[in-house]
Amino acid sequence: MLYREAGQFKSSYVSDMAIFPLRQDRIGLAVILLIAFVVIPLGMSSFALNSLMIPILVFSLATIGLNILTGYTGLISLGTGGFMGVGAYATYKLTTLMPEMNVVVLILASGLIAATVGVLFGLPSLRIKGFYLAVATLAAQFFLSWCFIRVPWLYNYNVSAAIEVPTRALFGVPITGPNATPITRYYVVLLVVVAMTWFASNLVHGRIGRMWMAVRDMDIAAELIGIRLYQTKLLAFAVSSFYCGVAGALMVFLWLGAAEFESFNINESFLILFMVIIGGLGSLIGSFMGAAFIWGLPVLLRAAPETFGIPIHSATIEHLQFMIVGALIIFFLVVEPHGLARLWQLAKQKLRVWPYPY
Amino acid sequence: MDLLYQIFVNPFAQMAAAPDLLVQTLWEGLVSGVLYALIALGFVLIFKASGVFNFAQGIMVVFAALTLVGLHQKGVPAFVALFLTILVMLALAYAVERLVLKPLVNQPDIILFMATFGLTYFLIGLGQLMFGGEPKVMIANELYLPKGSFDIKMLGGFVALQKIDIAAAVIASIMVATLAIFFQRTRIGRALRAVADSHKAALSVGISLEQIWVVVWFTAGIVALATGIMWGARSQVEFSLQIIALKALPVLILGGFTSIPGAIVGGIIIGVGEKLGEFYWGPLIGSGIESWLAYVIALVFLLFRPQGLFGDRIIERI
Repeated sequence: MLYREAGQFKSSYVSDMAIFPLRQDRIGLAVILLIAFVVIPLGMSSFALNSLMIPILVFSLATIGLNILTGYTGLISLGTGGFMGVGAYATYKLTTLMPEMNVVVLILASGLIAATVGVLFGLPSLRIKGFYLAVATLAAQFFLSWCFIRVPWLYNYNVSAAIEVPTRALFGVPITGPNATPITRYYVVLLVVVAMTWFASNLVHGRIGRMWMAVRDMDIAAELIGIRLYQTKLLAFAVSSFYCGVAGALMVFLWLGAAEFESFNINESFLILFMVIIGGLGSLIGSFMGAAFIWGLPVLLRAAPETFGIPIHSATIEHLQFMIVGALIIFFLVVEPHGLARLWQLAKQKLRVWPYPY
Repeated sequence: MDLLYQIFVNPFAQMAAAPDLLVQTLWEGLVSGVLYALIALGFVLIFKASGVFNFAQGIMVVFAALTLVGLHQKGVPAFVALFLTILVMLALAYAVERLVLKPLVNQPDIILFMATFGLTYFLIGLGQLMFGGEPKVMIANELYLPKGSFDIKMLGGFVALQKIDIAAAVIASIMVATLAIFFQRTRIGRALRAVADSHKAALSVGISLEQIWVVVWFTAGIVALATGIMWGARSQVEFSLQIIALKALPVLILGGFTSIPGAIVGGIIIGVGEKLGEFYWGPLIGSGIESWLAYVIALVFLLFRPQGLFGDRIIERI
């Protein structure tokens, strides 16, 4: 009843091409933003902010990055963790080299460094396709995480071989390091994520996004209609690694506070790939849903036995958690292989024709 | 100049100076190559027959070995435990076919790939829940696996060949030969190859896809069990083996996803290349290059032959 386009006429090309053509969608987006900017910071404890909301936002950003590569361009990558690490270590180096510089600018700059590294490892993608490419990106993952231990210059010759985040302030308020409150960190992450999502949305809905999708659907056909394959694929690698790099930097600087090479190992790459697939390939909103689902589920599972007062050993919970996550992944793929984003679309469609079946 | 010397001359000089060490390194490489090849074999079997890139092969190795050891620890005699483990792998194959493959027929490759990820997680959880997460010792004695080593005097030094490594190589060869005969000569083997060529055509001549998939996953399970026993006997049965199993991936792309001999040759190239690289060139850029050298070797090969050494030629049509 409420969710219906009846009576909304498009009278210009601009309104016809709008990303959210329905008024209700625009209102919905505004409500979501309002919740994210006002309700959540006010209503959530700093523990929940730190262990739930900030990681979900950070992983959403990384998921958008991988989605650009895998979902939009059709290139499977297992090197996400490595590229995130590049972002984090680059930011760390930049903050020590340029202590005066604004840390947000440095995080974005290190995204550019990650993009360069991503392009380097994307070079074989013209000749190598499909699962072969996935294995080739594993080379990036293992090489990069080897660098994070074996090149001491990267972590300033620390004995612990870990990077620790210095305190940096923005407008006089500390946003990184031990003194930053979860709320300020949440706001910084949220602003970066919203801005970069907006940018990604414009990218994928425009000419570049169309090029990526053409390459994904069939690269030879795309080449025949005049798309330069190599540039398009490398651009996808660059943008994707930029997003992953920024996500990695945010992860260390605004969430964890310290990191070592273990934080960016192969499991990280798999985790992000889960999020992409569960959320939905080639969908931005799916990236958020996937990240929230995969990150939120174990948190819920851990909390569930306590809430219901079932006494289970904590190790058992962890084992059960693995089993449940694995089973749920299979279950979701069986029920809806196109991910949560498709479920969301179906729900909207149902809502549009409600109360009639079609 | 000095760097060039370090890279191009010095390692070879070392090799010439201590040939027994070279032979030892080659042997070590050969053995780890055989083990990689065994894991890769499991991948190839499943990929050939169902087009599924089975990420869970690594955890199947761990799971099989863990079941074997775990059952033995609970008091089951070794060979009964072995038999029971084979039954467990059969049950697993049935379950996978019923619950994962069948509902996902005709989905894109990446979805099936993802489903095997889910399977991996499930098996990790299940294995830890039933047998605990701590490393275990393989019951090598009870299974009458040889111990100790031959010391062969050659080239002015000693070369030590572990008996278990020799056993691994022999078992791997037997297994590959059996599989090759199975694929080429038997009725089921022919059906398998038909399914690999085209699901639809195979269905239309009356081959049961379900049955074939169970057979393939069961065979992969047996291969996993053999790998698990061998690998467990060389070190320990632990969950980190699953990450080592990722090493089978460069082996796969070297050999080609669809070729059984390719898996063996690829495994040996990767194993030997890795050990030689680590031993002679490793000190130059810091140790531990073993972790990524295999992937880089595979990457270089891929640039020249994108379908691997023995893979079917990739033909693309609009």
